[in-house]
Amino acid sequence: VSAPLEFRDPVRAGELRDALARAASAVGREVAVMHVCGSHEQAIAKFGLRASFPPSLNVIMGPGCPVCITDQPEIDEAVALARQGIRIATYGDMVRVPGTAGSLADAQAAGAPIDVVYSVAQAVEHARASDEPLVFFATGFETTAVATAAVLIGGVPSNFFVLSAHKYIPPVMEIVAEMPGTRVEGFLAAGHAATITGSAVFEPFVARHGVPVVVAGFEPLDILAALVRLVEMIGRGERAVVNMFPRCVSRDGNANAQRQLWQVFRPIGGRWRGIAHVPNGNLRLRDEWAAVDARRQFAIDVASLWRSAPSTLVRQCICGNIMAGIASPADCPLFGGACVPDAPVGACMVSSEGTCRIWHEYGGIPDLRACPADSLALQADGRRAGGEVA
Amino acid sequence: MSVATADRILLKHGAGGRAMRRLIAETFLDAFETDPPERAGVLGVSAMDDGGAVRLGDQWLVLTTDSHVIQPVFFPGGDIGRLAIAGTVNDLAMMGATQILGLTCAVIIEEGFPRRDLERILASMRAACDEASAAVIAGDTKVMGAREIDRIVINTSGIGLTRRLVRDAGLRAGDQIVVTGTIGDHGMAVMALRHGLQLETDLRSDVAPLNTLVRAALDAAPGEITAMKDPTRGGVAGALHEMAGKSGVGVVLDEVLLPVRTQVRGVSELVGIDPLFVANEGKALLGVRPDAVAAVLAALRAHPLGRDAAVIGVCVPDHPGKVILDTGFGRRLVAEPDGDLLPRIC
Repeated sequence: VSAPLEFRDPVRAGELRDALARAASAVGREVAVMHVCGSHEQAIAKFGLRASFPPSLNVIMGPGCPVCITDQPEIDEAVALARQGIRIATYGDMVRVPGTAGSLADAQAAGAPIDVVYSVAQAVEHARASDEPLVFFATGFETTAVATAAVLIGGVPSNFFVLSAHKYIPPVMEIVAEMPGTRVEGFLAAGHAATITGSAVFEPFVARHGVPVVVAGFEPLDILAALVRLVEMIGRGERAVVNMFPRCVSRDGNANAQRQLWQVFRPIGGRWRGIAHVPNGNLRLRDEWAAVDARRQFAIDVASLWRSAPSTLVRQCICGNIMAGIASPADCPLFGGACVPDAPVGACMVSSEGTCRIWHEYGGIPDLRACPADSLALQADGRRAGGEVA
Repeated sequence: MSVATADRILLKHGAGGRAMRRLIAETFLDAFETDPPERAGVLGVSAMDDGGAVRLGDQWLVLTTDSHVIQPVFFPGGDIGRLAIAGTVNDLAMMGATQILGLTCAVIIEEGFPRRDLERILASMRAACDEASAAVIAGDTKVMGAREIDRIVINTSGIGLTRRLVRDAGLRAGDQIVVTGTIGDHGMAVMALRHGLQLETDLRSDVAPLNTLVRAALDAAPGEITAMKDPTRGGVAGALHEMAGKSGVGVVLDEVLLPVRTQVRGVSELVGIDPLFVANEGKALLGVRPDAVAAVLAALRAHPLGRDAAVIGVCVPDHPGKVILDTGFGRRLVAEPDGDLLPRIC
């Protein structure tokens, strides 16, 4: 189960740290780069990587949390359906994300039937076990959208429906790259999504925006190596897509998965929570799938929810700015005080892929660059004693 | 937080983390604190240590109590009976009271509980007592109706004597942190069982009475062990947070040095729970003056329960109350455990 040690080799990490420092100093000014993936942020936080980044390098997490960018009206649709008595199945994190007037968890507390599932296949099993209609509230990026598509193509019972809030990552990078005041000079692309789309999907983006994109894996060495390459490219003014995760990602991706994805979904414009309207950023079911599309099979009375105004706390939440990469949790007056995982105000504190939740999980301070390093003087005897015990 | 949750006791209030300490501070201390809280010759509830103590001549009489509930009652490596003896013996030992004068055993049983299971639990308690050179000398038995209690609850109390009281608040900058063996074994074994993880593993709880092991370490370096705590609920992270906070030092851990069984590491990555946060029932954390580390390690490793003892970190004057992890790739804070551990859901 453990990652192969070759991807967690501290000696190699030291070499990459030095290379990153050289690359950053060659640029000779402050550089900001963005990743768009909760798993990247988790690895960066878990391994304390920011403490080893050069001071002039700022690595920002962008809109990479699928739970966080699910828009309030989409959650409202699920909540409205649940309140109408339709059973909803969805991923655990989605249950607690607040919509305009409460979350699915609130609806559940009021008696609405909600099933937490780990996969779309499990939701189908729940549907098979009953005659009642079941709506799968489908969220996530192309990685989970492919799973939804495959299950629909494989055939589902007639009481199974999909409420799609799936999102497509490449278009939102265009939005972030064009945001006024953006400082982002390069992107780390998420390796798992790229296994499906292929690295070529970013080539038009690079051509349009003139910033480099490096596809990165999720082990600490993957991330460090990708950052070295990205900062070197920024220093040299190179504009290209580089695949630094070739053990999983090819240029053209998984053709079969792409075929299934576009056989079921079509991209349309729509809002990403807290960010903007993203052209082609939402994945909706194609007309051929109208029979399973909850939006076409049920009258969803969303307007009934909109009488409630958001609370004052919610108005102070800066999730949107955090997801756009123009603020960090440290800028939020609620972070770690009024907003904690037990009582989240914003989606970024609900989801295990949200920036706020990840920072909170790793002690609230993501960057220990200021910590004195000389205080670690362990005895050699201890060093021999440690490590894994088989 | 809604009013309803703020007004109710939740599971996290018993999970050994920040929420539990806050509840105790806000309620129990109010009720039980002596006036003044710190008195010569008495270590009371306000210390929130592993037990209380009363001075008797030139010695300290240490007193502690612990109630045990665990699902399932029998688990790989132990059962609720062994846990009940080890838990109380270890709380005494962590304060230096390695000579156990006597234990009590109060049992509350649900109607319908199999008598054979009770006998098996009591035999296991007897065996654990023998390992600790301790004896149960008083007891109490209650039976409640079906579903009024979950199978069986065991409370044990104990008294022990020590010439030198060891606190969990005694860490000083420069002290090294020693753990007496591999971490996360108990919690991961129980969690894997409880959540029905169909894993071909030989995960076993480490539950064991530690008083003879601790005595060996204390005798090897008299006065050089500055603090002790057993990292039970909340794991090593929770125990070190508490020790660092009470002692006014920071603790820097070196992740490479943490002794973790390969099996435990595997399950931990699978369920997304760091072994640092997982309960141990047969391990101790020791703060040791730098000059005494070699002697303490040698004494621990000569004992069957201490073969994997290791230095895992060091106390620093900066970042008081914080636990910092050096991952080999960088450094980060280790969060203070708050509530109960659940495997991640995605």
